[in-house]
Amino acid sequence: MPDTQKKNAFQVFMNGLITENPTFVLMLGMCPTLGVTTAAINGIGMGLATTAVLICSNLLISLLRNIISERIRIPAFIVVIASFVSIVEMLLKAYLPDLSDALGVYIPLIVVNCIIFARAEAFAFKNPPVASLADGLGMGLGFTGAITILSAIRELLGSGTVFGAQLMPESYEPMAIMLQVPGGFITLGLLLILVNGIRKGLARRKELKAKEELA
Amino acid sequence: MQKNLAVSSSPHLRDNVSTRRIMQEVCLALAPAGIAGIILFGAQAAVLIAASVISAVLAEYFYQKLTHQKVTVGDWSAVVTGLLLAYNLPANAPVWLAVVGAVIAIVLVKQIFGGIGSNFMNPALAARAILFVSWATQMTTYPATRFMLDGVSTATPLNALGTGSVAGVNLSDLFLGNIPGVLGETCKLALLVGGIYLIVRRIADWKIPVAFIATVFVCYLIKDGAEMALYQILSGGLFLGAFFMATDYATSPVTNPGRIIMGIGCGIFLFVIRAYASYPEGCSFAILLMNVATPLIDKYTMPKPFGEVKQHA
Repeated sequence: MPDTQKKNAFQVFMNGLITENPTFVLMLGMCPTLGVTTAAINGIGMGLATTAVLICSNLLISLLRNIISERIRIPAFIVVIASFVSIVEMLLKAYLPDLSDALGVYIPLIVVNCIIFARAEAFAFKNPPVASLADGLGMGLGFTGAITILSAIRELLGSGTVFGAQLMPESYEPMAIMLQVPGGFITLGLLLILVNGIRKGLARRKELKAKEELA
Repeated sequence: MQKNLAVSSSPHLRDNVSTRRIMQEVCLALAPAGIAGIILFGAQAAVLIAASVISAVLAEYFYQKLTHQKVTVGDWSAVVTGLLLAYNLPANAPVWLAVVGAVIAIVLVKQIFGGIGSNFMNPALAARAILFVSWATQMTTYPATRFMLDGVSTATPLNALGTGSVAGVNLSDLFLGNIPGVLGETCKLALLVGGIYLIVRRIADWKIPVAFIATVFVCYLIKDGAEMALYQILSGGLFLGAFFMATDYATSPVTNPGRIIMGIGCGIFLFVIRAYASYPEGCSFAILLMNVATPLIDKYTMPKPFGEVKQHA
């Protein structure tokens, strides 16, 4: 990524949040995306836990990027990421035991979340700390936003609630498949159609505008 | 001008066969089973069929309008999907179940993947599977037929046969459809009439249904003997699936050996699910699994042109 050097921190942040959204554009971190998104609270919890790890690991790896040898960078990343995941896991267990139970094994599995690895390898290892921090924040919140939307839709159709609040009428028969993995795949696919459609529409509008300006 | 000078490869003989014509023939072939369903389960069956067909057609119309595509409702394929979906519901299922199923079948399974001919699964079956997983209670509460003496919901013959004995199941009831089950699957006589019509009119190929039913028969013959095998092939959704759903053009192989493989594969999956899995019936899952395998089957059974030199990649 040679052009990232020229971007300021805000642009890097927006790049993670929208332009290269980890879920909808880079298609990274699909395992928690499909696994925990059965209730909106799980989605936002998982997203924020991942964001916390991502910000810390990006910052630390960026600071250490001139010390870590190129050849052992992957094990070094794992040590850094695993340390932060352990901290997050213990904090969740201590202060949010319900959420910790709901997310279960997916919390320790943040260690192998490919968003965190990809950002360490592709961004933090090559960029200064401030940009890496912004990248971690943008990517993390982009991930959080995406899986919160996904889990809110699945919770609405699968349980008739969003964040535990009853939104569907009492007579609504919950669509059980939405709480199972196939429902996650279907919802994610439909959201991707929607997001890609919007992106294409925006790109076309930009093109038209550019043409008008030329003329 | 260009139209008159169209250059195309052989065959140059033209037939008046069109998608519309084929789909109308399929509807005609499906009619006896629907009439049998209405006779057996009463007016609620007719309401369900109407709701499913109308929703399927409307879903296709509005999806194509909204996405600025050519509206192809006139090819009758949505009608066939709606009919097949209704035949896969219990006759006392709520109407909203049929509507939701029809929309899932047309929008989610058919149109999103490119419309007619591009779907990789049978739309009606995939919708049935989604409904089955989502609303298991409504999908597996089968009403008694109007001709059954006690008139209350009972276990299907497949549940009875699952215990390993044919006692308590009457062969003529099985054949004529006087048994609990989904709307269109119970009357084997009507399905057989429709199926044979399709084969005689060359709308469907005999290889898939024959291989399918024969495989189930042989598997049960080896496991439980001839009597059980006969009862098993007359139970559940096998006839409906074999004649009308496994033969769907878009989701079944085009080659002759491929079609035999498709039939045998469906039969083996159905046997394994019925005999060893926790579900009493596995016809729809068997066909869906083979739908997914269809491109692979076609790839390996495609005949090689004579004299073609082996390609080195």
